[in-house]
Amino acid sequence: MYAYDEIDRTLVNERVSEFRDQVKRRLSGELTEDEFKILRLQNGVYLQLHAYMFRVAIPYGTLASNQLRALAHVARKYDRGYGHFTTRQNIQFNWIKLAELPDALADLAEVGIHAMQTSGNNMRNVTSDQWAGVAPGEIEDPRIWSELIRQHTTLHPEFSFLPRKFKIAITASDHDRAAIKIHDIGLRLIKNEKGETGFEVLVGGGLGRTPFIAKTIKHFVHGRDILSYIEAILRVYNQYGRRDNIYKARIKILVHELGIEKFSREVEEEWQHIRNSSLQIDDEVIEDIRSRFAYPSYEKLPHMPDQLRQAAADPDFEAWRKNSVAPHKVQGYSIVTISLKPIGAPPGDATAEQMDALADLADKYSFGEIRVGHEQNLALPHVAQRDLPALWKALDKLGLATPNVNLITDIIACPGLDYCSLANARSIPIAQELTRRFANHELANLIGRLHINISGCINACGHHHVGHIGILGVEKNGEEVYQITIGGRADESAALGNLIGPGVKFDEVADVVEDIVEAYLALRERPEELFMDTVKRLGVEPFKERVYATR
Amino acid sequence: MTSPLEQKKIKIAGPSVVTANRTWDGIVVYRTAAMSWSADLSEAAIVRNSDEAKALLAESVADDVGAIGPYIAPVQVGADGKIEPGNLREQIRRTGVTIGQPVQV
Ligand code: HEM
Ligand code: SF4
Repeated sequence: MYAYDEIDRTLVNERVSEFRDQVKRRLSGELTEDEFKILRLQNGVYLQLHAYMFRVAIPYGTLASNQLRALAHVARKYDRGYGHFTTRQNIQFNWIKLAELPDALADLAEVGIHAMQTSGNNMRNVTSDQWAGVAPGEIEDPRIWSELIRQHTTLHPEFSFLPRKFKIAITASDHDRAAIKIHDIGLRLIKNEKGETGFEVLVGGGLGRTPFIAKTIKHFVHGRDILSYIEAILRVYNQYGRRDNIYKARIKILVHELGIEKFSREVEEEWQHIRNSSLQIDDEVIEDIRSRFAYPSYEKLPHMPDQLRQAAADPDFEAWRKNSVAPHKVQGYSIVTISLKPIGAPPGDATAEQMDALADLADKYSFGEIRVGHEQNLALPHVAQRDLPALWKALDKLGLATPNVNLITDIIACPGLDYCSLANARSIPIAQELTRRFANHELANLIGRLHINISGCINACGHHHVGHIGILGVEKNGEEVYQITIGGRADESAALGNLIGPGVKFDEVADVVEDIVEAYLALRERPEELFMDTVKRLGVEPFKERVYATR
Repeated sequence: MTSPLEQKKIKIAGPSVVTANRTWDGIVVYRTAAMSWSADLSEAAIVRNSDEAKALLAESVADDVGAIGPYIAPVQVGADGKIEPGNLREQIRRTGVTIGQPVQV
C-alpha cells in the first residue's frame, strides 16, 4: 500500500471544500451549467441518461480495505447500492445527486480517495498492472513510477488544459496487463545493459473513432529522465495538437500525421533543452516514493501446502483455482483474481455488500489490499496458498467465485445505451446474453482464452477494437446494429480486429458469436491453439463464410 | 440512437417534447406548457413544428437552474392523447435501464 503524505491530504481536502462551494453556487444559479461543467468534470462528475455519474480514481489499481469500504458506503448512502468498475482503474456511480456529491467526496477524502484526473482534457490517472509488486519476474514495482508521474502531473497547469484527455499506462512485466499499447503514452519498464532502470517509451496509441496501436518512440529512457521526456512529448503535443477539432485532438492523430520519425525528432530536440533541468529526478525522490509503498511481511511458507492438495479433490474448487489463481513472486502465496462477471450480470458491477465483504476478506487473507484491473475484475494480491480453499468458499457465497477469468464469459463491456448519453446501442444486455449462452463451464473451458469486448458507440470505452471478438453498437435507421470484428488483442502483441462483414441486429449478436466460436472449434489445429492464433493463421474469411452463409 | 447531444439543426419529423435532467439530482424531466419541469412525460408540452420546437427549447435553455442539457426528443401521441417516448433512448430514459440492477430499488 502507498501512504499519502500531508501535501496530498491537504490537496484532497481543499478540493472537496472548493467543490462544495461550486455546487452551492451552481444550485443557487450563481454559476451557469456552462461555467460549472468544466468544474464538475475536474471532479469526476458527468451527466448520463438518468442521472449524474460520478467517477472515482483508484490510482494504479491499488485499494486498501478501508478505501473499498468507503466506496461501498458511497454506493449505499448516495447511490443505488452498487458501483461499476471500469477499464481504467476507476469506479463509477450511476445515480448520484449533484446536491449530495460534496458529501460523497468528503467521505471519500477521509480515506484518501478522490476524483481528480478522472475526466476532462487533462492528464488522466496513470494506470498500471493490477499485479504490480507481486507478479513473478517483474523488473520493479511500476507503481513507484506511476506515483512519480501522478505527483508531477496532478494539477500541473501544463497538463491540466491539454487539447484533449491524455492517458498513460505503465507495465513492468513481459506480459502486458496494463494495455500500454492503446494509451497515449505507454511505458514499459526495462533495464539496460548496465542494469539501470529505464523505460521503453511508446506513443500514440488509442481507440475511439480512429484507433491506433502505439509505436515505440525511444527504446530506452533512463528512469531519472522520464519526467523530462514525458514533458517533451507533451510540449510537442501542446504545440501541434489539434485543438480545433475534437476528433483530431488526440496525440495518436498527431503522431500519425507527422509520422513517428518526425514526431520523435521533435521530441528529442525539445528534450535536449529540458533534460538537465529541475525535471531530472534525484535518486532520493524515487527512494522516498519507494519507501511509502509498504509490502506485507510475508511468512515463510511451503509451496503447495496440504490444504491445497486436499482441496484439489473438489472439481469446483479446481475449476476456480485454474482460472483465478496465479503465481506470486513469494513462495507459498498467490494472486487471486475476483471475477466481477457472474453469468447473466452486468460486467464490472459490484454491490455495496460485496465490496464490504471483500474488504473483510482482504483483511483476513490479503493483508488488507485489493487491486482493480482493466478487465473490470478485482484481485486479492497476497493470498497464502493454504488459505485458498477457505477464501474460495467465502467468495462463492458472495457470488464472486465464477470460474471464468480470461474465458469467453469474462466480457469487457461499457455501460452503453442503458446508462450512457453518448451511446448508439446497448452493450450490457449483449454481454448478459453471451454469458448465458456460454454458461457451461466445460464448454467455456474447451474454448479456452477468448476475450469479448463490447462498446455502445465509437468512443470505444469497452475496447472493442482490441477484443479477440469485438462488438460495436451503432445505429441504423433508429435501430441498434452491431459490427463484429475478430483478431484484436490488447496485450504486448496488441492488434486491431478486422470486421467480419455487415452489422447484425441486437437479437442476432449472440448467435453470430456462437457461429464464430463453432467455426473456431472446427478450425483449430489442436486444442492449445487459441482463438486469436487460429484467426491469425487463417484470417477472417472462414469465419465470415460461416457467419454469413446462412444469413 | 444517434445521440441528441449532437443535435445541430432543429428539424422535427413529428410530435416532440423538450427533455433534460434536473439540476440538483439529475433525474429525467420534461418541459411543461406551464414553463416548468415535470418528471412525468404525460405533463410535457408537445410541439409539432420546428418553430414551436425552437421556441420551447429556447425557453427551456433559459431555465438553466432548473434543468441541464435540454434537447428535443420525439414522442408518439396515441389516439387517446397518451404520450410515449419516440425511440429506444427516450424509452430507456423514461423507464430506466433495460437490465436488472444489481440491487433492486
Ligand atoms: C458512462 C459515461 C462515459 C462517458 C460519457 C465516456 C466518454 C468517453 C469518450 C467521449 C471517449 C472518447 C475519447 C476520445 O477518443 O477522445 C471515451 C474513451 C474511453 N472510455 Fe469512456 N465514457 C464513459 C464511460 C466509460 C466506462 C464505464 C469505461 C470503462 C468500462 C470507459 C473507458 C474508456 C476508455 C478506456 C476510453 C479510451 C478509449 C481510447 O483509447 O480512445 N469509459 N469515453
Ligand atoms: S463506448 Fe460510447 S456508449 Fe460506451 S460508455 Fe463509451 S461513450 Fe458510452
